[in-house]
Parts: sequence; structure tokens; C-alpha cells
Amino acid sequence: MNKIEEILSRYREGSHESLIPILQDVQEAEGYLTESAIVRIGSFLRMSTTKIYGLATFYDRFRFIPAGKVHMRICNGTTCFINGSSAVVTAVRETLGIDPGQTTRDGRFSYELTACQGGCNEGPVVCTGENYHTRVRPEDVPELVSKLKVLADLK
Amino acid sequence: MKQTKDSGTKDFLVSEVLLHSSDTLPPETSRKLAEIRRDKPSVPIIYVATGSAAIIAGSDATAKAAKQYLEEMGMRGEVVRTGCHGPAAFEPLFCVHLPGKNKLFFRNITEDKVEPLLNGVFHNDMPLEDLVAQSGSYGFEAWHEIPFMEEVPFFRLQKRVVLGNCGCYDPESIEEYIARGGYRAFLKTIRNYTHEEVCDIVERSGLRGRSGGGFLTGLKWKYALNSASDSRYLICNAKESDPGSYADRSVLEGDPHRLIEGICIASYAIGASTAIIYLKTGSPHPLARLRKALEAAADYGITGHNILSSGFNLEILIREEAGAFVCGEETALIASLEGKRGMPELKPPYPTTSGLYGKPTVINNVETLMNVSLIMSHGPEWFRSMGTEGSKGTKLFSLGGRGRYTGLIEVEMGTTFRTITEGIADGIRDGKAFKTLQIGGPSGTFITEKNLDLPVDFDVLRANGIAMGSGGLIIIDETTCLVDFVRFYMEFIHRESCGKCIPCREGTGRMLEILENVVRKPLNEDSNSTLERFKGVMQLETIASVMKDTSLCGLGQTAPNPFISALDNYREEFEEHIFDRRCRANVCRGLRTFSIDVEKCTGCTVCAAKCPVNAIYGTRLQPFFIVEDKCIGCGVCYDVCKFSAVTVK
Repeated sequence: MNKIEEILSRYREGSHESLIPILQDVQEAEGYLTESAIVRIGSFLRMSTTKIYGLATFYDRFRFIPAGKVHMRICNGTTCFINGSSAVVTAVRETLGIDPGQTTRDGRFSYELTACQGGCNEGPVVCTGENYHTRVRPEDVPELVSKLKVLADLK
Repeated sequence: MKQTKDSGTKDFLVSEVLLHSSDTLPPETSRKLAEIRRDKPSVPIIYVATGSAAIIAGSDATAKAAKQYLEEMGMRGEVVRTGCHGPAAFEPLFCVHLPGKNKLFFRNITEDKVEPLLNGVFHNDMPLEDLVAQSGSYGFEAWHEIPFMEEVPFFRLQKRVVLGNCGCYDPESIEEYIARGGYRAFLKTIRNYTHEEVCDIVERSGLRGRSGGGFLTGLKWKYALNSASDSRYLICNAKESDPGSYADRSVLEGDPHRLIEGICIASYAIGASTAIIYLKTGSPHPLARLRKALEAAADYGITGHNILSSGFNLEILIREEAGAFVCGEETALIASLEGKRGMPELKPPYPTTSGLYGKPTVINNVETLMNVSLIMSHGPEWFRSMGTEGSKGTKLFSLGGRGRYTGLIEVEMGTTFRTITEGIADGIRDGKAFKTLQIGGPSGTFITEKNLDLPVDFDVLRANGIAMGSGGLIIIDETTCLVDFVRFYMEFIHRESCGKCIPCREGTGRMLEILENVVRKPLNEDSNSTLERFKGVMQLETIASVMKDTSLCGLGQTAPNPFISALDNYREEFEEHIFDRRCRANVCRGLRTFSIDVEKCTGCTVCAAKCPVNAIYGTRLQPFFIVEDKCIGCGVCYDVCKFSAVTVK
């Protein structure tokens, strides 16, 4: 809980306009928005938790379950789509058995779809942390996932 | 030791350059600035592009490898990480500047290629296959038989004004930016002009907002300046919602200080003491660059309280968006900054009278603000000399899709789209045929073959029913199915619709449903679904026009644009899908039928083993066959067959 108090100390009490930055900071520190964090933020900003929850669910960036140890960001920008990213997404969905925004039961994987990441010439692009996997074909996905599994177990 | 040198440079740059009273600097100062700019290097300098596109292609490792090479060889030299030049196909772009010689540019230099390349360059055994061009100026020795940068078609047809600095210097170094003449326009502005005069100059230059609307920037500023209020806000919209565009992000990464200078001037013009950069999240690089640049600017006293003793105060904040497409809309953006759900409001009142916290607010796009410092330093007449009658200056495009050379480009207004697709992009890759050009992302339209000769010009495009958009330009070839493409955009808009007004919330959902029906294989053609499909298509046009007329904000009003434009220009493709149940690009999974060529099939069983629905039957070493009723058209058999025995229709 200390982390949250430290974040809140940077903001003014009751200032509704700082809600989104606070949520962003909390998510950055904790990886996702916990129930207790939302309650604490509510009392700090003097807002009801339903309002905060309503706002947080409106925006795509906020998560309510922890992300996987390996979080894949699959580019679904227009150019990657033309180059076949939707087949890659289907392959990832079938291999991992989860939808975007969800986390696998073993906590190893999660993934999201993003807008253009800027690697249009190398598409479809899959980004994991600092690493970029380029020109990914749907048939490469099982191998990529098993490679990343090793990485996830190291974490 | 380093500390004293740095603060010495800072004092020199602030007192001798920024605060210098006349426009021309004394020769001694100019000489020092040339040194900071590395104009005449005495040691080899290696420039590695490190924008988003380059990082994805692996430029980080390239830069490290280059540095390691210099250390291992015990050579004196420098590795500079620059922003992106633009050509995504060349990334990682690698530039070597040997003392006294012209700069040499090499393409696709990944980590493993660094050592052989540098060995070659230093021992006069030039690796010609990787070479792109040379670039230089008076006073350097040119390389023999190597084309100049200006001769490469990708660069020759562009006019790089906003991108002038991108790729030439280290964007994290404020010293280099000032040495390149940076921040002097801002200082000149706050010293010589009143708020009204700045608005006037920008209005006279004819600069129009680059986010798509094309409203005169100077006039917008005037509206805000003339609204009586105790405080005003400037917001730089770096949200760039278009899922296929990365132009704003690239310039922001490549030249963050020019953006900051533009924000400073714009804030002064409208009398704002707080400016907010509303930044797209997702990628950590632009945020880190911008933070560093803002810290440096504050350290130099260019932002903050009483800027360089001028009496003008300005605080620049970065606010990250939280992931909602609709927040690119002005009123939704403001709502999001106020800590509410990003839902649009009815206009008027326009933000210039009542915006953030009810105060007059100007929202400008990154590209617009990048032009401002150039206008202030070169004058409005210089800006007016570029472009067409109604549209002045240049336009950035993030050119994507299936062109041979894609990337970030900048063309003078009035350039035709044919020049872009056939000249700069050099046609279609893999020898495929051009189909269409898509402009403006999910709210944009298609530019057909016969419209390719239209110029990049706000008014001409509008007269032809085409919206300029914010800079997304996608080249589409025959391998892309337009029905599927339109469905992709509709899916995107449906997901991102904020849900406030019914036409957009429900309309996008219905349109998506009908489009999915068109590309999906029905269980059988006898049932109601066939009738529904025919009916749906007739309803699509009605839904589209209702959405256009009744949606609350631009998102909903423009959401049917790609569909309407595709239907107008490529109606036969829709009809093929609906009536003939055929997709000419072979993209739509549901409409593909597969069969096995008896002559070619060896009975290896690979396809039967891979088929997810067990639709392939046969005996080992005998030809197999596909049961059409069971087939879901996934195409796995087509991909795995080593003998090309599976054919698709």
C-alpha cells in the first residue's frame, strides 16, 4: 500500500482532474488496478468508487487483472492488417486460448492489440517488452510462444 | 570536469546565441556553433537512426555494435543516435561521415553487418550493395560514382521542411538544436512582437491546421486571444488516433525541440501560461524523448518563470492519453484532461471560447506546431512561397501499405498522389498491381486510379469529396479485399465508439454485423440468411447516411466514409461478395473453396492431419479429397501442401 500513498502524495486531495494520471501511475507501479487501490483513490479524491470504475473501464489502457509475465503487443495497425495481422491474432488466440486483455491461467502470457507501432515495413509486428518480432506469420506463432515460455519462466 | 564543460556550453549558448541582440552572429560564435553541429569533423562520425521504425528493425543493437567496433579498434570517433530520416524500407539507416569527405548512407545495417561494413569503409573496400547515397555540402570531397541523396527518387520528390532536422542531429541534445538555429525564433517573437502581431503573421502565412479540418491556425489563435479571460490554455494534440499513422510520433521523436519551440510561440501568441502535450501511450520512446527535451528546455530557462527575463511565463506539461480513439476529438480530449470519460460535447461553444476548465483553449496538432517556429524565423512570405493557392507549405504523410518504399514523407502542397505512389513509393512491391490509395484512416476515403492526379490540397480534395485527414496514407494492392478492409475499419470504429449518441453506437454495430454477414459463409444458402444478406446491403447505405447526418461528433459522422467511398468506387467487389459469393483477392476466409488436384496429390496425409475440422478424407498414398460442407475455409491445407495440390477458388 505504501506505493499508492507515495503516488497520492504527489497530487492534491480532491482534485478530480488528476484521476487519470493517478490511475496511470498506480497501474505503472502495480501492473494493474486493484480493488483496494480504487477504494483508496476514491477516498483521496472524494469520488465514489463506481465513478472511478466507470471511468477506468471506458479507457482501454486500464487493466483489472495482472498482466502476464510476458505481455505481447500485437500491432493491428492498418498496414499490419493488410500484411495479415488478423491471422496472427487468430493464431495467438488459438495457441494461448485467451482473448486480448486476458491473462493465461498460469500467469505466463497476456496480449493486446495496438495501433500502428511504426514498423510498417516489417509487419506484422509483435512486441514483447523491449524485443520486436517482425514479419510474423501465423505458422510461426506456436514456436514463438514456446520460445517466450522459456523467457516467462526465467522471470 | 564534464560538469564544468557542460555548464560552460550552456552559458555560451544562452548568453552569446539566444540572447544575442542582432540576427547575425559574430564569426567566432558561428565557428563554435559549427563545432557543436559537427560540421567539419576531425574524427569519423557514425549516425544511426533510432526512431520507432528503426528500433523495430533493430537499430539499438546496431548503434551498440558500432560503438563497440570503435572501442575495439581503438579508433577515435563518435556514434550519434538520430531521429528517423523517413524511409522505413532502409531501416536501420546507417551513416558514416569521414573527415573531409561527404556523408555516406547505408541501408538495412543490422547488428551483424556493422563490422564488415565499417571494415570496408575504413579500408577503402566500399560495400556497394548496401549503399544508398552520399550527401554533402561545399567544402567536402565527393565520392566517385555514388548518387547524391537528392538523386534518390524517395528523397528527390519530397520537400523536407518540417523534417529538415529529423535524422541530422541527436534529438536528445538541446545544444545541437540551438546550434542549428533553434529557439531563436521564439526569442525573436517574445522580444519583438505583441500577441496580436504573432497571430497576424501566422494568419498571413496561410498555415492551416494539419489535423484534417484545415482551419487557419492564426485565425483560431485570434479567436482565443480575443475571448476575455484571466487564463488560457494551449493543447498540443499528439494523440494521433489513426491506427495506420505514425507521422506525428516520428517527428516528435526526431525533433522534439522544434515542437517545444512551436508550443512556446503558440502559447505566447494566445497568452497562455500553461501548455499541455496530450501524448499517445503505448510506445515508451516518444515519452522518454519528450521528457528529456522538456527538462533540458527548463534547464536552459526557455520554459518556466520569466523566460530569459522577458516577463513571459510558460509551463509545459505532458499528459498521457488513456487509450480511447474518440479522445482525438477536441471536446472529448478536453473532457479526458478534466478527469472525465472522454465523451464529445456539442459544439458550439468552441474550445476557443470555452475549453479546458471553461477557459479559452487552442488545440493544435503536432505538425501544425512544427511549422510555427519556421514561419516566425523565415517570415510568412517564405511560407506562402510553398504550396498552392489555398494550401500553403508542406504536408507530412505516414505512407504505409504495399508500396515498395514506404515511411514518413513530406511533400509540398500541390504534389499529386501519383507522384507519391509511383515516384516516392516507386510502385507496388512484389510486382503486384495497384488497386487504390486510402487517405485519412478510419474516417477517410479511397483515392482511385483516376483520381491519382489530384494534388495534395485541402480545397481541391474537399471539392472531390475527399478529406485530407491527419496524415495516414495506405497503398492498397490487388491482394487486399476492400470489403474486408472496410470491415476492419468498421470493427475498429465500433470498438472505439464512446456510446454517447445512438446513431454512432448502434449504427456502427449494425454496419459491422451486415459486413460480417457478407464475408461469412452461411450454413446453407436456402435459409433466411441469404435474404438477410441482400436486405442488409440495401440497408447499409441508409444507415450510413443517417449516421452521417445525425451523429454528435466527427467520429460518428465520418465513420461510414470508408464504406461509402468503397461502395461508390468499387461496387463490383461488393456485388461479387454478395451475389457470386466470391472474393477476388482470396482474403475472405468464408468465401474460399478449396479442392485437391487429383493429379498432383501424393497422399502424404499432411493436410488431413492439419485440418482443424477433419474435412479432408482419403487413404494413404492415394489422392485425398475435401468435403466442402465441413470445410471452414481456413486455408491450412493450402499452406501446408508441399506439392501445390490444394487449389483455391
